[in-house]
Amino acid sequence: MTYEEVIFYAVATLTVAGALGVVVSRNVVHSALFLIVALLAVAGIFVLLAAEFLAIVQVLIYGGAVTILILFAMMLTRVRDLPTAVDGPQKPVAVLAAGAFMVTSIVAVLSTEWPGQTDKINVISFNDIGEVLYRNWAMPFEIASLVLMVALIGAIILARGEEGE
Amino acid sequence: MILGMIAGNAWVDGLVRMGVIGLLVPVGVIALTYLERKVIGRLQMRLGPMRVGPYGTLQGFADTIKLLTKEDVRPQTADRWTFELAPFVIVVPVLMALVTLPFTADIFVRNLTLGLFYIVAVSGLSIVGFVMAGWGSDNKYALIGGIRAAAQLISYEIPLVMAVLAVAMVGQTLNLANIVDNQSDVPYILYQPLAFIIFTVAGLAELYRQPFDIPVAESEVVGGPFVEYSGIRWSMFQMGEFVNLVLISILGSLIFLGGWNWPIGSGAPGIAQFVLMLVKTSAFILFFMWMRASMPRLRIDQLMSYCWQLLLPFAFLQIIINGLVLVYVWPDPVMAILSFPATGAALYLTYRAARASGVHYQPGFQGVGSVL
Repeated sequence: MTYEEVIFYAVATLTVAGALGVVVSRNVVHSALFLIVALLAVAGIFVLLAAEFLAIVQVLIYGGAVTILILFAMMLTRVRDLPTAVDGPQKPVAVLAAGAFMVTSIVAVLSTEWPGQTDKINVISFNDIGEVLYRNWAMPFEIASLVLMVALIGAIILARGEEGE
Repeated sequence: MILGMIAGNAWVDGLVRMGVIGLLVPVGVIALTYLERKVIGRLQMRLGPMRVGPYGTLQGFADTIKLLTKEDVRPQTADRWTFELAPFVIVVPVLMALVTLPFTADIFVRNLTLGLFYIVAVSGLSIVGFVMAGWGSDNKYALIGGIRAAAQLISYEIPLVMAVLAVAMVGQTLNLANIVDNQSDVPYILYQPLAFIIFTVAGLAELYRQPFDIPVAESEVVGGPFVEYSGIRWSMFQMGEFVNLVLISILGSLIFLGGWNWPIGSGAPGIAQFVLMLVKTSAFILFFMWMRASMPRLRIDQLMSYCWQLLLPFAFLQIIINGLVLVYVWPDPVMAILSFPATGAALYLTYRAARASGVHYQPGFQGVGSVL
């Protein structure tokens, strides 16, 4: 095995272990912490694919911000108030559905004819990403920002409404 | 020959460089602890540590031995793994950020193209450690401290990143060495004083030192997330704090003070580069210590409103100024002409808010959480 393969399998194991931890863990805060592990390991996979910019964004947004807000929200509720068992009688059905989805995904990935050379990594510099995102596709980018903005304002209005103002 | 072997293999080379950092960091932290106690002592007209060794120089080592041999207590109701892993989650990201930090033009571990962005992203991970420590301790003070830490660090990360981004915009690069090279004639502090002020204040808040020590406030939450920790785990938090202090100080001197360049003009030889970096970084560190000795602590609502109502809009203003200068290809001094009055306005608003929260402060819901 080459260095890259060793690192890939280590990172991939970490991703899968983290993802399983999210589902299997009985404590909701532990699930959130496992989610951080899984998301950071995905950043590792991005690094292996020479997509450094994407990896750092993954760490910044998912590792540093999103999961902390999830944790923040959960810590404000007391641990004892949270349901200890998050599974119910539908568990076998859920396992079946998840397994079916996984098999479908794997089959789809393996049977697709990917354009370009997949065994060679194309290194794309972050200058090119910026060029494409803010010049060629500036309009979709702005629309996405607008959607986020609307969601933020909506959240503020909902939060203020609860105070009875 | 051995040096040649080391340089030949990327893995060995990286490991050796990391090892050197890993050895220097604890020694540096011990020295900084001593320095801080001496500086604060002098500012408060005390002597500081005097007993162990000449002028108390060995105090830090004595304290280290004490902390290492102290019992590592874990509360019975604490959440075991969350509690025990939290110090690592705080320390490891800080050490990871050191990987790409150049100390001079030649001394660094790895010079990443996206270095600045990498440091910002990785140091943001520490917040998870505070939340883990706060929640895992099963102590209400620790939990309040953890929540305060998360709120404060996330909020102040935004103006910090915006100020750094303003510099990267003008430099057209995220590589720290290139940013320093761009300042060979004039350091960015003269062109973008507003970004510099915002970076310093937000950096102070990211370090949760006075006047922003709300998450760990002794008199309010008795040490915050760290209240249940003792011995080696507590000293890891301490190490994280001091390494972060050095990190922010070095980053500030690299991106605003011109790094290893002379204040005006470039081309400093190797040893002078090191001395220049040392002087600039020490200036930051001493400033942060000075603030600690002379500023009263903010309230949490003042802290939040200062960030969102003052620092963030002014950070955007700096970015707009830089954008105009870049788009219309105005000469660089225009940036300074626009940025200096904005800095004055920011400082005046800070002064006015500080005055208003003192004598004239009227308690009541309307007054809470407003700076402007």
